[in-house]
Amino acid sequence: MGKFWSLIFLLVPILGVACFALAPVYNHWLPSDVSQHGHTIDHLFYFILWLTGAVFIATEVVLFWFLWRYDGKRKGHVNYTHGSHSLEIIWTILPAATLLFIAIYQMNAWAESKIRNPAAGPDGILGTADDMPPTLEVTGRQFEWRLRYPGKNGQLGDSDDIYIVNDLHLPVNEEILIYLKSDDVLHSFFLPNLRVKQDAVPGMKIPVWFRATEKGTYDIVCAELCGWGHYKMKGQLTIESRAEYDEWLDKKYREQTATVGPQLASQGDGE
Amino acid sequence: MSSITAGSHEHHDAHAAHGQGGVGHFLGTYVFSRDHKIIGIQFLFSTLIWFLIGGLLALGIRWQLAWPWQDMPVIGRMLFAGEGGQISPEFYTILFTMHATIMIFFVIIPILAGAFGNYLIPLMIGADDMAFPTLNMLSYWFMWPAFLAIGASFFVEGGAAKAGWTSYPPLSLTDLNGQTLWLIGLTFVGVSSMMGSVNYMTTIIQMRAPGMTMFRLPMTIWAMFITAILQAFALPVLTAAGFMQLMDRTIGTGFFIPEGWSANNAPLASGGGQPLLWQHLFWFYSHPAVYIMILPAMGMVSDIIACFSRKPLFGYKPMVYSIAGIAGLGFIVWGHHMFVSGMNPALGMTFMVSTMMIALPSAIKTFNWLGTVWGGQIQFTTPMLYALSFVAMFIIGGLSGIFMAATPVDIFIHDTYFIVAHFHYVLFAGTAMGVFGAIYFWYPKMFGRMMNETAGKIHFFFTFLFLNGTFFTMHILGAGGFPRRLADPYHYQTFAHLQPLNVFMTWCAIGMVAVQVIFALNFFLSMFFGPKAGRNPWHANGLEWAAPSPPGHGNFDFQPVIYRGPYEYNSPEVDTDYYPQNEPPPEPKSESGEETEPPPQPPAE
Repeated sequence: MGKFWSLIFLLVPILGVACFALAPVYNHWLPSDVSQHGHTIDHLFYFILWLTGAVFIATEVVLFWFLWRYDGKRKGHVNYTHGSHSLEIIWTILPAATLLFIAIYQMNAWAESKIRNPAAGPDGILGTADDMPPTLEVTGRQFEWRLRYPGKNGQLGDSDDIYIVNDLHLPVNEEILIYLKSDDVLHSFFLPNLRVKQDAVPGMKIPVWFRATEKGTYDIVCAELCGWGHYKMKGQLTIESRAEYDEWLDKKYREQTATVGPQLASQGDGE
Repeated sequence: MSSITAGSHEHHDAHAAHGQGGVGHFLGTYVFSRDHKIIGIQFLFSTLIWFLIGGLLALGIRWQLAWPWQDMPVIGRMLFAGEGGQISPEFYTILFTMHATIMIFFVIIPILAGAFGNYLIPLMIGADDMAFPTLNMLSYWFMWPAFLAIGASFFVEGGAAKAGWTSYPPLSLTDLNGQTLWLIGLTFVGVSSMMGSVNYMTTIIQMRAPGMTMFRLPMTIWAMFITAILQAFALPVLTAAGFMQLMDRTIGTGFFIPEGWSANNAPLASGGGQPLLWQHLFWFYSHPAVYIMILPAMGMVSDIIACFSRKPLFGYKPMVYSIAGIAGLGFIVWGHHMFVSGMNPALGMTFMVSTMMIALPSAIKTFNWLGTVWGGQIQFTTPMLYALSFVAMFIIGGLSGIFMAATPVDIFIHDTYFIVAHFHYVLFAGTAMGVFGAIYFWYPKMFGRMMNETAGKIHFFFTFLFLNGTFFTMHILGAGGFPRRLADPYHYQTFAHLQPLNVFMTWCAIGMVAVQVIFALNFFLSMFFGPKAGRNPWHANGLEWAAPSPPGHGNFDFQPVIYRGPYEYNSPEVDTDYYPQNEPPPEPKSESGEETEPPPQPPAE
């Protein structure tokens, strides 16, 4: 039976690799990437996948081979040993160096996605300068995404702002800066196709930035449990050309001012 | 259980004070017992029952993910009559919250420390019982208020806790009474664990038999010892955080509530607190807890693999140091759960480096297990198959952790099924498989009879197959960005095409739960019909195998003296392929020619 069980353990690397090899063929894989920094994240994913894949295959095959070769039915000499000092040193230093390399290799991509805020000054410290006004403010609320665009005056946080729910439009190939907030519980602003994910925390205003590179409509997913309707907290992201975006925003502005009354509308027009 | 009675009676005279006969005797021996073995078995039975409940809750999750909103056959009519047999989105949140809560706090932690820690520590170190037997008894009975609170929470208004097992505020503050009961239950689990930890540390330090030096301890004991230290240092933080959340919920404090906060149109809270504070406190306990949930299994697996490879454990000291390394580093990696939480992203880099480094001791352990198997004479018994599968599966769980540790990659896979795959490989395919191995291995000691090998191997074969069918495919879902905790992910265009794969996984999960019937039958029938085991059925070296099976009250019928480490298999010093820790070395020719007093021996079988 030893041979049988060894082969069962050999199934682990064989089926494991087959699973990962077949998944992209059937489109069960990373969703298409339409962002600038997403390319780097995907590259790092593949880098770790190949590295861990090699270690996975090697260790699982070695395990299989030892089970096959040293089946107890084979009467023979047993390798009576308590270990090997030099082997321990090799398999401590090699993985340590590899792991440290992986960590350092990730740092730049992390800094690009989460630390080098485009609104921050050249010293890179968060929120010390306002080089770049936010494109909009996104507020999570059970169970919807509230979007607040600056109106004609380009300023967020005044009576001129445009309010929209769940329908996020953004211009293609432009640096986008979003201030993310929450009204009630935790939410997470997840754009699978843009490799963006950031929790929204009540009491905090968190900057999120990215650059979309392809036009199209994509999902906005809430990725942090926010209650029974968590799965319903779905938004739609439309990436479009600058002209289309301006036109859309203008339309939204007119729709809103038509209902808020002449006083506010004239205020907006006066800009 | 009848066999235990027999074992106890052998020593009835020596321990007559233990019970006065009649009902009092029965209660004292089997219910409010202070004997570490009975307490261990009480923990084992309780946790196995909760294991079943937790597994059934998981099937509910799987049902919803495979066939969302479809009526559950038979069970659905009974459970969700109000919804016409359908799992409501609200109940779905209860399902995954309680599945995780039960599996972690009522199954894995208590089965490792409570059941095996209790049963094995005194036996393996040569003590007659724990240092504090009454405290030990209380550690079991403090689980019952937790069982009752969590059990009752399903029936209170609004149902059981729905905020995830991590209970992140502010969501957990908006929940109804289920969450309060959840917090009370967890507090009792914490007190129980703390009582256990104190006891294990004291017992291992103070009560080792003559000759049992620290570096002659089996890996199981080293793992239990370090786990107890982890528990003792990390748990107070969770308990304190739990009380803070309880106070936020009940008496209007604002530890986790920001200023001017309100939800569900409730009046504004006093506020002034921080939701992220909970996450820091919670993970400061719960990340070390991840290691509390695997280190004891690693220890037990090391013992099983050495025994059935008939070879000394490869690199004993590196194995000990790597457990200590995991425990030490375990305290400075909690932030890797919070990379996208809003925590200062610069801190994320620090946690990435420490998290990468904690993979190192795990790698060292894996290589040493492979080294142990290398050149051995492998006996493919059921416990060995489980122990080997622990290694094969832990490799997967360990490697997939690197993806999450890498901060940029984590942006994409955080809170997707990739992490679900990762921790199920560590906790189910790792720890639970190790626990199955440990049950098959030490069952003869606990009940004096052998479990059926054929049934054990069939149980192993199907569990191994189905678990990989269920959990390996989760990596693929995760790569697709499939988020966890969504009652219906298929109304997103990004995830709609992933449903057929979920159907496959659900069938595997149903199969996996179904084959546990084989285990349950084997477990209970062997108690009465299994062949008698004798003291040392596996020809193992550990001290526990020198005691009678099952050991009576007081454990040893001789004074154990230890001469060597626990892994002297196929030692050149003796002709047999094992060399028990308590067997005296061959008598050297004494220079003076005097006969030395032969050390005490276990009576011959």
